[in-house]
Amino acid sequence: MDINTVQDEIVDEFGIFDDWMDKYNYLIDLSKSLPIIDQKFKKPEFLIEGCQSRVWLRADMEDGKVVYTADSDAVITKGIIALLVRVMSGRAPDEIINNELYFIDKIGLKENLSPTRSNGLVSMIKQMKLYALAYQAKSRQK
Amino acid sequence: MALDINKIRNDFPILKRQVHNKPFAYFDNAATTQKPNSVIDRMDKVYRETNSNIHRGVHYLSDITTRDFEAARDTVRRFINARHDHEIIFTPGTTSGINLVAFSFGERYVSEGDEVIISAMEHHANIVPWQMLCERKGARLRVIPMNDKGELLLDEFEKLFTSGTRLVSVTQVANSIGSVNPVKQIIELSHRHGVKVLIDGAQAVQHGDVDVQELDADFYVFSGHKMYGPTGIGVLYGKEEILEEMPPYQTGGEMVDKVSFEKTTFNQLPFRFEAGTPNYTGAIGLAAAIDYLEDTGLDDIAAYEKDLLEYGTRLLSEIDGLHLYGRAKDKISILSFVLDDIHPFDAGMVIDKHGIAVRTGTHCAQPLMDRFGIRGTIRASLAFYNTREELDRLREAVEKTIQMFK
Repeated sequence: MDINTVQDEIVDEFGIFDDWMDKYNYLIDLSKSLPIIDQKFKKPEFLIEGCQSRVWLRADMEDGKVVYTADSDAVITKGIIALLVRVMSGRAPDEIINNELYFIDKIGLKENLSPTRSNGLVSMIKQMKLYALAYQAKSRQK
Repeated sequence: MALDINKIRNDFPILKRQVHNKPFAYFDNAATTQKPNSVIDRMDKVYRETNSNIHRGVHYLSDITTRDFEAARDTVRRFINARHDHEIIFTPGTTSGINLVAFSFGERYVSEGDEVIISAMEHHANIVPWQMLCERKGARLRVIPMNDKGELLLDEFEKLFTSGTRLVSVTQVANSIGSVNPVKQIIELSHRHGVKVLIDGAQAVQHGDVDVQELDADFYVFSGHKMYGPTGIGVLYGKEEILEEMPPYQTGGEMVDKVSFEKTTFNQLPFRFEAGTPNYTGAIGLAAAIDYLEDTGLDDIAAYEKDLLEYGTRLLSEIDGLHLYGRAKDKISILSFVLDDIHPFDAGMVIDKHGIAVRTGTHCAQPLMDRFGIRGTIRASLAFYNTREELDRLREAVEKTIQMFK
């Protein structure tokens, strides 16, 4: 499945909720599916510090695909990262870099994306793309 | 006389709006307060009818605006009972006032090896300017500790004084937990050691009477927007004899007397500290806010908010797994709390969806959070337009939040 098919899939899933509470409950459920970063990497160099919720993020390259692991101390944030990972993880760097992430807007979570101090989501997406960029550069060197 | 809460709520147009299709309950008053019609209308009138730059124009409207601006200064003077109008310096806000003193007073009086005292419950705005000053000068920052209830330890405070202590800068009311500090005592103690005191009144002036002469404060700073006035305007009060000795902080127009390329002489107080075009519309709006508070009655406001605080404290205390921070004997209407196993950010997101605005996080007081060993709280800061019914809704929202994350 390409990246946009997964995004559309998520938009469909959220389409059935008309209540914010169900949406949040779903995110709380999704938080449990996040591939958790190895405890030993939960240190400052993998920390994306928003003012309020902390996010740890790491990416590895496996068979030409970028694989992300992450964690957060806030559950809803964790649920949103789980969605990001579902969309972006296991893909070639090019696909990650060149595609727009439109699903966040479409499922009504855009308010969580405001570039304020409220969370590190914007910096998280940026960091995820940066990892992809770094691995892309690395693979071209070879 | 008790407050007419219906009339008051009618005075604040924003309170009628809905958020997430629910009636809007605004509990983020320590961050900023909402504005009554009288303030909005007054500023509207400036822009529609009298707007002109002040002090230098000879024309009709400039004269009107200048008079309104200086009348606003007098309103502020009366409000905090300063001796002279020229002891009132208009600033962009509390942060600017503190920075002005840190640069100007600090430049003249603080040198290597000296000390500045602050407290454990300061907002970052009353920490960082002093930290930077100390760094520039090679001086040292000392901190008055507090107990677990959120009360400053005055015995420990007294021990901090040395021959090098140059200034004490403390908040009257803690923005994160609501403690009211015994500033009169703090000032008295400091003066006994010959040390001047700056009081951060950003969270105090909107909750009750402040009398800078009775306190004998050397400096007193506050913001307009936290007392139902506009953003971008604040006040630095300083005793005349101290301000007279302080060098200018920012320079430019308005604050000068004579300028040549060889030498510039500076204007008198208060203009010496008001470089550039001041925010006269803001000042006039602030005066309207003061009028509103005085017409409503600061004593009545204080009594009403005390009742709200007691009600809210009782209500939240009944919730299992909720812990209130800040149990000072003397406190204003701030309810700061954490929920077992729920990140404040998660809780804030859910509470918001109930149409209730609370603040989550460290409230720009990270050292205080560290002192309590927490990463943040959920803060409901109450104002006199809030109601018991709104607090009931908050309780319900908190209970639902706990259910959701179980």
